[in-house]
Order: sequence, then C-alpha cells, then structure tokens
Amino acid sequence: MKTLSKLEKILESGKFAVTSECGPPRGVNPDVIRKKAELLRDAVDAINVTDNQTSVVRMSSIASCIILKQMGLEPIMQMVTRDRNRIAIQSDILGAAAHGINNMLCLSGDHQRFGDHQKAKNVYDLDSVQLIQTVRHMRDEGKFLSGEPLDGVPGMFIGAAENPFADPFEIRVPRVSKKISAGVEFIQTQCVYNLEKFEQWMDGIRARGLHKKVYILAGVTPFKSVGMARYMKTKVPGMDVPDELIERLKSVAKEKQADEGIALCIETIERLKKIEGVSGIHIMAIEWEEKVREIAEKSGLLPRPKV
Amino acid sequence: MIIGEGKPIQEILAMIADKKKILVVGCKGCVTVCSAGGQKEVEILSSTIRLAREKEDNPIEIREETLERQCDPEYLEQMRSYIDDYEAVVSLACGAGVQFTAEKYRRIPVYPGINTNFIGVTVEQGVWSERCQACGSCILHKTGGICPIARCSKSLLNGPCGGSSKGKCEIDPDVECGWQLIYDRLRELESLELFEEVVPIKDWSTGRDGGPRRIIREDLKS
Repeated sequence: MKTLSKLEKILESGKFAVTSECGPPRGVNPDVIRKKAELLRDAVDAINVTDNQTSVVRMSSIASCIILKQMGLEPIMQMVTRDRNRIAIQSDILGAAAHGINNMLCLSGDHQRFGDHQKAKNVYDLDSVQLIQTVRHMRDEGKFLSGEPLDGVPGMFIGAAENPFADPFEIRVPRVSKKISAGVEFIQTQCVYNLEKFEQWMDGIRARGLHKKVYILAGVTPFKSVGMARYMKTKVPGMDVPDELIERLKSVAKEKQADEGIALCIETIERLKKIEGVSGIHIMAIEWEEKVREIAEKSGLLPRPKV
Repeated sequence: MIIGEGKPIQEILAMIADKKKILVVGCKGCVTVCSAGGQKEVEILSSTIRLAREKEDNPIEIREETLERQCDPEYLEQMRSYIDDYEAVVSLACGAGVQFTAEKYRRIPVYPGINTNFIGVTVEQGVWSERCQACGSCILHKTGGICPIARCSKSLLNGPCGGSSKGKCEIDPDVECGWQLIYDRLRELESLELFEEVVPIKDWSTGRDGGPRRIIREDLKS
C-alpha cells in the first residue's frame, strides 16, 4: 500500500471495486453535491468528482471533494491539464492532500470548444501522461518538478482514463502501456456499449500483461431514453454505441425506456465482470445518481466491502 | 511562412476615421505569397477606402507603397523621405512588420491592415494551414515530422486524447487529429516504437512563455 486510499485497499486486496461520479453544481450551493453524494453512500467505494467537465464552469473539483470528505465519503479528484499550469497543478495537489484526498484521476480535459467559455485560452503546460508523472514524482520522490524537496508527500492513488473506442484503435493498448510507464495505478475507461470492441481491447491488454500492472475499471453509463442513446452515438466524440442497442430501446414504449436502459446497463456489467483483467466497474449515471444503488444491487455488486 | 488575412474594412475605416492623408504600405514577403498584404492587396484596400470615404463626402488622400520587407531596417528606411507628409500608416505587413515600422517612425501612428494568424503552408491555391508554433525547441524528429504542439488542439505531447475519431479532432470534423497523422507517419516510417516513449514535460521557456525572445549571433554581428 502506497497510500491511505480506500480504493487502493480494495483493489490491492483483490476485491472487485465499484466507483461512480458526481458532477459539481453550477453555483455555490454545497447541498447539491451533498445530495448527489449521499445517494452513493455504501453503493460504491469511491466517487469521482469531475473537473469542469465539457469545459462548462462548475464548482471546483477540489472544493467538492472536500465536501465529500467531510461527509465521510471517498472522493477521486479529477484534474484536467486544460486550466492549470504546473505551478497551479502542484499547488492544488498539495491542497487536496492536506484535506485528506487520497485519489486522483489525471486527464487532459475536454477542449474549451465544447463549453460555455469558448473564447478562453487553454493551458496544456502538461498533458495527462505528464500529469501522472508529476503526481508520481511528488509522491514517490518527495520532490516538486523543479527538483526542490517537498515537506511531506501527497498520498495520492493515481488514476487515468482511457477510451478503448477512440481512434486509432491500434494505439489504445500502447497508450495504456505509456500511462503505466508514467506511473498510473488505475484506469477508468470510457463508457462501454460495444462489448465486442472492449473485449478486443482487453485481449490486447492481457496479451501484454498490462492487467497485472494496472487496475482496469470498466465504465458504464445507463441510457435514460433512446434520445440519449442517439445523442451519445452522434454527438459525443469517441463514443461507440452499436445500432442494436438503439433498436432495443426503440422497441419498448417510451415510458419503459429508462427501465430498459437500466436493464441494459446491468447486463453489460454482468458481462464485464467476467472479463479477465477487469478489476472493477465505474458507473457514470449522468444526473441520474439515484439509480446507481439499484444498478449496483441488481448487478450483484452490493454490499460493498468494509475496509 | 507567416500567414495573415485582411482585416474587415469597417475596422480599418474606424482606425483612420479622423485622417485625411495616409500611407498604405504592403510587404513583398510572406503576406504577398499568402495574398494578404502584397502590392495587389494594397491597391484593393486603397481603392476601397477611397470609395468609402468619397461616399461619406469625406475624401482621403492615399499613397500606395509596397516594400521589399517591413521586418528589415534597410527597406523601412526607404519611407524616410516621404513619411512625414502623412498622418498615419496602414501597414499590410505581419504583426512584426507593423511594429517595426512603428518603431522606426515614431511621429505618426501605424495601424494594422491585416490580422497575423500563424506560421503555415499553402495547402492549395487559397488554402493555408498552420504548421509551427515557434516553441523554440523542435521535436519533429520524435513525431514523424508532424508537430503535436501546432497540430493537436490541446498541444498534447503524448496524444492522442480520447476525442480522436476517424482521423478527426473532437473540436471540429474538419480538423485533422494531429496524433492520428503522427501515428500514420510513424507507421509508414516503421518507427512506431517512438510512439511508446513518454515525451517528457516540456521546457516552455524557449517559447513565448520565457518572455520576448531574441537571437544574437556573434559571428554575424557587425
């Protein structure tokens, strides 16, 4: 064990992990994030807190993580390199560690073209791979990037994302290997809808023995409606939604589509659990946190282990 | 070369609204090649300004000139004999040329007639595309001759991100994913092992982040 992370403890002990996520509010009210997080208590092991996802300004990930921490929950602080240079990044890592945040997800972040501040300047002093290196360096070497020593080290369990469905497909396994070289310890994947392609990606992961070097948590997102499935297919970059899933949702009455979406998600989890090298599930129920417990329950993921 | 494009005419007319006698100066360097600020554009802009001002019953006198380059003192010197006869200069050079003209002639204002966009290439007639961000520390030997700083929307040194789809960038289906291009080129060169090397954190101090840059070549200094 390198950190005090509960997520690391669960994964290290060989137990199947479950994580979920909370999007912070577009305002100052902490009760919004408290309410969402409370829905996830005991349903998952750790909760990702997004960092201005889709480049839409929200309450900061770090502040929202502190709120979760105060509630006795286990946050995973997402950090994008879009908005901070190495000075701000290292400073925020120290601040997060001081508040007992023990998990971090290193991301490049959506381009500001998607958000509500398209005229912004982006930073990208580091990329996601270099952010992994940075945290790892601070934690294991006890030094800043400058080489100066740190007083105490941030005990972060270090994660990153990978999208097995983005192009070019051939580099999606080498890219995980690259992140492992940089020091990543767990990977949360983009939402899996195309199981065949995901299995193909996992074959590549196992062929190189990467599943023994990093914990892979497969991402799932339940569809609320056929409209949402179509939106994900056509409008969200790097998303792979097979037509048969859209047909299946279309085949049920409109008021039953949400239930069908949940059923589909549970079936996906059942299949993912059987894939060698998958160490956990990351349930991203977008603005639908109240369904996470039901999904976990029906997928046989409850109760969560006490560690 | 440096690629620019003409500013909207209304913007230029507003700059010179209170002027009666101006100099419109083009440049025979990059901006001539990219058809933004050469002799032809000087003629077109000057006629447009004259027409607009005549319409307002507020005529303006314009002298048209196109210098060899506006980024070299010797060519800028050529304006010395007549510049004092004018109230303002509209320069169609790149941002460097506009500034150098202003630096050499301090008595009258120098206005930009074009926007300077990027260092790039002529892809085909009428199409230009960015290639270099002048970071001051070239890594093209590592990336198949394609620059991730200029060609990736996020300037990722270890790309591509999860938004690369069918060779295109997540920000726009008309923008190629720089990292797809790098991957394809490395494969052609049978150098894919380069892809798996983690590119270290970059020293940006050789770029704009290190403050305004200059190069001094002692061997060439007079």
